[in-house]
Amino acid sequence: MLSIKNLYASVEGMEILKGINLEIKPGEVHAIMGPNGSGKSTLASVLAGKEDYEITAGEITFLGEDLLDKSPELRAKEGLFLSFQYPVEIPGVPMVNFLKTSVNEHRKHKGLKELTAGEFLKLMREKMDLVDMHTKLTNRMVNEGFSGGEKKKNEIFQMAMLEPKLAILDETDSGLDIDALRVVANGVNALKSPETAAIVVTHYQRLLDYIVPDYVHILYKGKIVKTAGKELALELEEKGYDWIKSDNEK
Amino acid sequence: MEEQDKILNDVTQGDYKYGFVTDIETDIIEKGLNEDVIRLISAKKGEPEFMLKFRLDAFKKWQKMKMPNWAYLKIPPIDLQAISYYAAPKKGPKYESMDEVDPELIDTFNKLGIPLEEQKHLAGVAVDVVMDSVSVKTTFKDTLAEKGIIFCSFSEAVEEHPDLIKKYLGQAVPVADNYFAALNSAVFSDGSFCYIPKGVRCPMELSTYFRINAANTGQFERTLIVADDDSYVSYLEGCTAPMRDENQLHAAVVEIITMDRAEVKYSTVQNWYPGDKNGKGGIYNFVTKRGICRGESSKISWTQVETGSAITWKYPSCILMGDNSVGEFNSVAVTNNYQQADTGSKMIHIGKNTKSTIISKGISAGKSDNSYRGLVKVMPKATGSRNFSQCDSLLLNDTCGAHTFPYIEVGNKSSVVEHEATTSKIGEDQIFYCNQRGIDTETAIGMIVNGYAKEVLNKLPMEFAVEAQKLLQISLEGSVG
Ligand SMILES: Nc1ncnc2c1ncn2[C@@H]1O[C@H](COP(=O)(O)OP(=O)(O)O)[C@@H](O)[C@H]1O
Ligand SMILES: [Mg+2]
Repeated sequence: MLSIKNLYASVEGMEILKGINLEIKPGEVHAIMGPNGSGKSTLASVLAGKEDYEITAGEITFLGEDLLDKSPELRAKEGLFLSFQYPVEIPGVPMVNFLKTSVNEHRKHKGLKELTAGEFLKLMREKMDLVDMHTKLTNRMVNEGFSGGEKKKNEIFQMAMLEPKLAILDETDSGLDIDALRVVANGVNALKSPETAAIVVTHYQRLLDYIVPDYVHILYKGKIVKTAGKELALELEEKGYDWIKSDNEK
Repeated sequence: MEEQDKILNDVTQGDYKYGFVTDIETDIIEKGLNEDVIRLISAKKGEPEFMLKFRLDAFKKWQKMKMPNWAYLKIPPIDLQAISYYAAPKKGPKYESMDEVDPELIDTFNKLGIPLEEQKHLAGVAVDVVMDSVSVKTTFKDTLAEKGIIFCSFSEAVEEHPDLIKKYLGQAVPVADNYFAALNSAVFSDGSFCYIPKGVRCPMELSTYFRINAANTGQFERTLIVADDDSYVSYLEGCTAPMRDENQLHAAVVEIITMDRAEVKYSTVQNWYPGDKNGKGGIYNFVTKRGICRGESSKISWTQVETGSAITWKYPSCILMGDNSVGEFNSVAVTNNYQQADTGSKMIHIGKNTKSTIISKGISAGKSDNSYRGLVKVMPKATGSRNFSQCDSLLLNDTCGAHTFPYIEVGNKSSVVEHEATTSKIGEDQIFYCNQRGIDTETAIGMIVNGYAKEVLNKLPMEFAVEAQKLLQISLEGSVG
């Protein structure tokens, strides 16, 4: 589904990603862990197509096609979803309008008829139940005045609405209480199918109790320095990152 | 990234779709401005003596005046002797039936979305169409006449209702009010006149559509709206001009007078050619718009969406004379590339318990400058009066400027004046967030800007609001970052 080969990326002349290789097959869940500043969000942004980052080497294919050629909105419409680590507020734009535009852009791309207001509201109610989203939030402007946890929930809600093929969750669990964590996990698990995949960026084992990863990667200083099964997350939880750091200095 | 470039290209090349020129025989007088020219204009229009006197009086006063320089604008010197002050499509002056109208002219207005044939019109809008210096067609005149409503070109009004013109012309904007108003009073060639009799609610929107076509001319039109006791009218104004490399001057005057409990809503979507992306060409828009709430409990509201013109200098104002009268100003002003706008409002409270509201939303992009300038003045006798002003600026990048110049004078203790101001910026992060949800940059900017301007757009009549929304989006495409 996603294949990253020897990816180098820099921002403002500073090299952040230094030769990433990653293969993700349909049906898989990959966890990416690693100390702050390792480049996890950078990798997520590069996949989503943020302009700030310059790809200096390597290639990425998504669903068999070159990803780097495509605009961010095209990537999104072809099924790549990023749950942002820090979702932005967009004052003046009602959540409902935003989401309706988003859903219909996705549908247009797939050659489907746009949803009417009624159909859209029905779909929205269904998905709101799934992630326990409150109408007081959907009635507001995009992320405006949302608490940290509410913003994260809103990301998962949007993911549920858009049903992506590949979901990238960038520290969606950070700052969430245990109930909210379960909601996030429900959202991801509801999406899970043999045709979809997820990349879960996290610092905590607790999320991985709910979303069980097939692989755990450790990203450190722009490189994947270790890949193993779900037990690696437990090991990290116990030992922290120090052993990774010392193994990789020099 | 290529997508971004494409959008940028589309925008900078195709944004102004009204920039064509109509090849039509035009009667243009010699360039230059002097007393003879004014006499010639008056003679060409066959005006009565009082009009010629009005013009000459204005001209005399204007000669002693200087171009204002207090606005936050860089205005290149304007050579007023290099302009022709009268241009009219040759066939005419006024068409009685569609058969007489030059097909080129019909075609022009069809392209602009303003069909001259009544049956093709949006239901419920009567239009007076002004091309260069003269009114070419007024629709639905008979329907309106049944209610006693007068809606016609200014020239016609001078001919057929000289008493009304004599009584009201220059009441809201005296001839020597300011440099451009004085110039307009001396040389104005046509415009619209509207009178709503006592107790009549005008059954349709009235509208004037201005089109500059001829080169090296200025447009100086004049609109006068009088609403008698207990009457109501909603008035719309639209305008476009061809793309030309040289600047063209537009100096209009709009006057509104409301009697007891009368209400006038005046809405403008100003879309004069703004110049190209390097700041070449474009209209200089120096307009004086003022209303007097003469009667008690009367109301005047100005709503404007300003996206065009190279330079905009415009302060639609209300003089609240009648007790309990109400003035409103709602504005969205967009500047992009090298456009400059200095716009705002004056609210002069004279009557007791008068109320005014100012909502100004400035949106700046490119290398443009966008200023709000406002005066709220409460006279000592205007006790119990209130004003609320809200001035917001939205920046699309770091190279544009937004400025606010509010002046407040309160002459008594029982009145309350409130002023709020905010500045915000559309971030690349906001655009990227939308992109990541499958929404392209163009649509994203449209959504954000329309959200920001919604409060004002909501005050526009329905079809106008839709047009204004599209216009905002077009004016700003490709300008974030
Ligand atoms: N837009 C940017 N401008 C400058 N530096 C950046 C930018 N984005 C990321 N970085 C830098 O890249 C490194 C990796 O950041 P990030 O990908 O956010 O790490 P992580 O998500 O693993 O904590 C950090 O040193 C960060 O400061
Ligand atoms: Mg991060």
